[in-house]
Amino acid sequence: MTDHNSSTDLTPRGGGDGRLPARFTDPGHAPHKLRRADVDPDANKRAERQVVLLFGVSILGTIGFLVAYALVRPGETIGSMRLSNLLLGLGLFLGMFGIGAAAVHWAKTLMNDHEVSQERHTLISSPETRAAAVQDLKDGAADSSIGRRGVLKGAMVSALALAPLSIAVPLIGEVGEDWDISKFGRTIWAKGVRLAQDPSGRPIRAAEVTIGSAFHVIPDNLEEFEHPLDEKAKAIVLMVRMDPRDLKEAPGREGWSYEGIVAYSKVCTHVGCPVALYEQQTHHLLCPCHQSTFDLADGAKVVFGPANRPLPQLPISVDDEGYLVAQSDFLEPVGPSYWERLK
Amino acid sequence: MTTTIERGAAAGADYLDQRTGIGAAVKSFARKVFPDHWSFLLGEVALYSFVVLLISGVFLTLFFVPSMAEIHYEGPWAAMQGVEMSEAYASTLRLSFEVRGGLLMRQVHHWAALIFMASIVTHMMRVFFTGAFRKPRELNWLVGFVLMILGLAAGFSGYSLPDDVLSGNGLRITDGVVRAIPIIGSYLSYFIFGGEFPGQDLIPRLFTVHVLLVPALILALIVVHLLMVVIHKHTQYPGSGRTDQNVVGFPLFPVYVAKAGGFFFIVFGVIALMAATMQINPVWNYGPFDPSIVSAGAQPDWYMLFLEGSLRLMPGAGTEWVIGGYTLSLNVLIPAVVIPGILFSLLALYPFVEAFVTRDTGEHHVLDRPRNRPFRTAFGVAVLTAFFVLLVAGANDLIAAHFYMSLNDLTRIFRVLFFVAPVVAFILTKRICLSLQRKDRELVLHGHETGRIVRFAHGEYIEVHRPLDEHERWLRVAYEPEHPLEIAPPVDSRGVRRKGYRLDKVRQRMSQAFFEDRIEPVTPAELAAAHSHGAHDELEGGSHVASPRELEGSAPGGGRTIAEPADGSTPDARNR
Ligand code: HEM
Ligand code: FES
Repeated sequence: MTDHNSSTDLTPRGGGDGRLPARFTDPGHAPHKLRRADVDPDANKRAERQVVLLFGVSILGTIGFLVAYALVRPGETIGSMRLSNLLLGLGLFLGMFGIGAAAVHWAKTLMNDHEVSQERHTLISSPETRAAAVQDLKDGAADSSIGRRGVLKGAMVSALALAPLSIAVPLIGEVGEDWDISKFGRTIWAKGVRLAQDPSGRPIRAAEVTIGSAFHVIPDNLEEFEHPLDEKAKAIVLMVRMDPRDLKEAPGREGWSYEGIVAYSKVCTHVGCPVALYEQQTHHLLCPCHQSTFDLADGAKVVFGPANRPLPQLPISVDDEGYLVAQSDFLEPVGPSYWERLK
Repeated sequence: MTTTIERGAAAGADYLDQRTGIGAAVKSFARKVFPDHWSFLLGEVALYSFVVLLISGVFLTLFFVPSMAEIHYEGPWAAMQGVEMSEAYASTLRLSFEVRGGLLMRQVHHWAALIFMASIVTHMMRVFFTGAFRKPRELNWLVGFVLMILGLAAGFSGYSLPDDVLSGNGLRITDGVVRAIPIIGSYLSYFIFGGEFPGQDLIPRLFTVHVLLVPALILALIVVHLLMVVIHKHTQYPGSGRTDQNVVGFPLFPVYVAKAGGFFFIVFGVIALMAATMQINPVWNYGPFDPSIVSAGAQPDWYMLFLEGSLRLMPGAGTEWVIGGYTLSLNVLIPAVVIPGILFSLLALYPFVEAFVTRDTGEHHVLDRPRNRPFRTAFGVAVLTAFFVLLVAGANDLIAAHFYMSLNDLTRIFRVLFFVAPVVAFILTKRICLSLQRKDRELVLHGHETGRIVRFAHGEYIEVHRPLDEHERWLRVAYEPEHPLEIAPPVDSRGVRRKGYRLDKVRQRMSQAFFEDRIEPVTPAELAAAHSHGAHDELEGGSHVASPRELEGSAPGGGRTIAEPADGSTPDARNR
């Protein structure tokens, strides 16, 4: 390793006459400074009393905790719960902190504070030890004569490699339920399923949806399923009504809305949060998780943020009794993208 | 005279030693020396908060019910009367309202988790900036790194257990990120959730991960980590009498037993105080998980915030590609997988990169002062800055609301900052290091300012400087600056291209980048020159020699200073 003189040594140099050593040498340990308690017996006694006092604080803290435990119940209100927590917590704090402060104070004021120096030894083992270790391994290998028995070696390796399968196969087989990932692409929306209010489950009539209003919607048959929460996670919908003149409808989707009422999946196409914040003025729908913004007047296209695709639209119409119903399921998978989404 | 206690202890020790031979271990261990410094406490805080997590965690397991079965709430909390919720959420309410001390333990557990992660990260920073990861401690750096990742896993799995709205949305985001992984993503999602999100299995699975798998791994690795610390012996800060061949400090017993043992109780106490006075994760306000509800302004725990920020900053337009009918979601993969992957790989591999560049094979036990390794320090600060930008971006909605800014503008600003801020931080930090080194030189050459002004016979005023004592000086001159490597030429004397030249070339380039700017420590000759010329103008001339690319204002202020000898026999006393 040599010095690159062409590179930039930024040192501001002083002069020098060349006869002095190139570097300073270590002056050795700095002198030890005595503490008050080392020289003054009174200070020593005082420090001892302080340590005793701190242990005393701890004892009182623990007693306080027990008293609070016996007398203060968390109860039914936030207030009583907080009071119980505060008193118990303060007791625990004093009980622990007192011990800690006492021990540290003791160590700092009364225990020996002479720094000691111990030698380090390099970690590497001596050449003889290493050679002996290598020899031991060689001897062992020779003993087993593994080098000469090729078939045996192969059999052993195969057995060891295969054995874990009896744990791994059932684990992998069972852990993902039925592994039918095509379920990502389906929800329980279907022709004729009514749009109901979330969470009451009350079906919604087209007539009660005024211009400018927004509804959080679930399918009205949700409770018929074994695991409603699982179905709900995919089926949530946000429905709004706007002035039909504000609405831009993509070719082929003209029949998907009803008198300015449009319904979109509420599962964000970014990573799946419920897209819940609707701003009536701009027709923008904001996902609070990472702020993807969708324009409901224009096919729920992304206008800002990390999402890339518009929210899928649920085609809706009205049944004989005036209730809003789905025309079908979504025509594309809802929610975040995945590798097989378009397959 | 021996007391009863001593006699009892002796008998007990004898009994044990005859059966275990433990005497030898105690003999070599009890008086083992550990150096002292406040920054060595950071690792201890991590250890002790883990112990607090174990204690409070076991308490919680006795009451927590890891089940997603739906029930109707009938406890004392009026706001949730009759609401449908999972048993996990209901049992968390029970812990908070009905179990005396349950809320305290929940809050102790959660605060301890935050402190655990914070102390791990700051401990890592200490190790990084002081170069404690150098040989022979590279492997322990890796163990520490894995501990940090496991800490993230522990925190994340625990945060999700109460099954409230907030944690449920966190899991939903996890599902979205997992699904974005090419080829295996969808199956991985099924693997985790036991089918489609949210499914029925997640809470029980997370529970096992959280109370068994991860803590057991953490515990095992902590044992390895500490064993290695004992084998290596602790590093020490530079100072007089401290070398790579010794370790200077206090004996384990009694000083460290008292200090470290006491410190455990202090950490526990402080966490208890936080739990008593500062509410954390009030799940009774959030409500049980419902996939259609989300609250604005919700934040994950701080150690997950950088991922959130990273997801928020990525622009979505044009970043989802369809290749042969398969969907590749770069808008999720880049921020949630690639960027954390790069940050974490840089962190994990840095010791090996630096060793590659320096070709250094010696053992190091004396720590670096960060200023003496400008490149490393600047690099560390740059990576931290990138991390910090992401972390703050994870709260951009709160910031926007607080300062009445446009959220979209703020996001755009952060996008730029993510690239610009680390570069600026690198340049600034490097400059600061170099000027601190210069300041050290100046201090060594000219001593402390005393504030005493004297007047020479010929009327000039100067300030008297008190030279550093030899210990102060040693701290500032005892380092070996790294120099850029020089490599052998590409062809040998017979004109044959040698092997390995390419690699050497890479090494040399990196070495240039690492070490081209540097400051050498003061030599005895320089100090002698600064003193013997006593007067001042000499120095001024001398100090400008041989500094090809000296930055402005760097020269020691030659002419206006004078040194006052340590013995106090001031030569210019007559001038006072
Ligand atoms: C290794 C580090 C650990 C970390 C970082 C950690 C972190 C967390 C966090 C952040 C929570 C959420 C607390 C809340 O606000 O309710 C939690 C919950 C929980 N943790 Fe841990 N934990 C750790 C270790 C443990 C251990 C060792 C156990 C048990 C042996 C445990 C048992 C629990 C239980 C039962 C809950 C649910 C309690 C509730 O929801 O009220 N944890 N953990
Ligand atoms: S989940 Fe909606 S923006 Fe990320």
